[in-house]
Amino acid sequence: MHTDDRNTNNWQGLVFPTLKACNIKHIAYVPDAGHTVAINAAIEDIKTTSVMLTTEEEGLGYLAGAWLGGERGALLLQSSGIGNCINTLALQSCGRFPLLMIITMRGDWAEFNPWQNPMGQATEAILKHMGVITWRADKAEDVEKLIRGAATMAFDGDSACAVILGQQLIGEKEWNN
Amino acid sequence: MEQLNKKIFPNRRSVVGKLLKERQDMLVVTGLGSSTYDVYAAGDHNNNFYLWGAMGSAATVGLGLANSQPTRKVLVITGDGEMLMGIGALATIAVQRPTNLTIVVLDNGHYGETGMQQSHAGKGIQLDRIAHACEFDYSVQLTTLEEIESLRQHIHSNESLNFAVIKISTENPPRTMPSRDGVHIKNRFRISLGFPPN
Repeated sequence: MHTDDRNTNNWQGLVFPTLKACNIKHIAYVPDAGHTVAINAAIEDIKTTSVMLTTEEEGLGYLAGAWLGGERGALLLQSSGIGNCINTLALQSCGRFPLLMIITMRGDWAEFNPWQNPMGQATEAILKHMGVITWRADKAEDVEKLIRGAATMAFDGDSACAVILGQQLIGEKEWNN
Repeated sequence: MEQLNKKIFPNRRSVVGKLLKERQDMLVVTGLGSSTYDVYAAGDHNNNFYLWGAMGSAATVGLGLANSQPTRKVLVITGDGEMLMGIGALATIAVQRPTNLTIVVLDNGHYGETGMQQSHAGKGIQLDRIAHACEFDYSVQLTTLEEIESLRQHIHSNESLNFAVIKISTENPPRTMPSRDGVHIKNRFRISLGFPPN
């Protein structure tokens, strides 16, 4: 894994405890550097089912299934994975299933790899096109409250919701190390 | 494969009817297209969740359900084309290893809903061997109606992660269509498990 120069505020440490406080029992994820702390916390927590996916849209099916079975979950993914989810979002839309996604951005700011830019620049627009409500956090102090509010609208209001964590929050990737 | 192609495989409706006999409190998820029609034709049920879209998702919906309802048997019934679109899910499911989940692929080797174009399965790709490579507890390919009863008994009497390819004929029976209202189907399903619709 590359070394990242992260924002020193502990927003990464807040993601999983905030989700747990919202009664999230399942964490589905495709590995991502920005989600490392939350993913590791989910794996270590015996009361949480952590589900490693081969591609992000598996998480949409998985979380719909968990909701049918009476439990809440969240999907942790990188912005590039939103492209993989587009058609599958019909499940949340037509079934009005709750959906809570926490998205770490690429191709957003200080991006070294231009191949990340097309999907990164389209991420929020695509989510809105597909009926997903979005919020964007570029400051550490916004992360906890945006996740909490998104969870309320997802699970109490049967809505598809995404909290987008911008690259200004995540920090610049050090490519030379 | 040549040998198999010459064999007359059972009709899909007979297969699904036999598989769902005495289903008890089993939870059933169907893949879009003919599998949804087959399960509905075998008898509508509050514990059925029918997919009409989100192709490739039947197995993952089944996994989420199996993980959240570990005391109930979960049966996914889908087609070869639908399973192929979500083939990576077999690796995801194998890592989770729920022992209350069975995936049944009704394999006619064709995409029935779009005009019977041949699928990868029709070209010889054996999905049960992929499940076997992922170390599912039980992975089989069945070609006769008689074998369906033993599969049914295996599902009901064992705690194991199962995958079965059932070769079926390309016969396309008349569509029998359940509700396309996903919200209704979801709420009906949840209410039957004792959860509020929201």
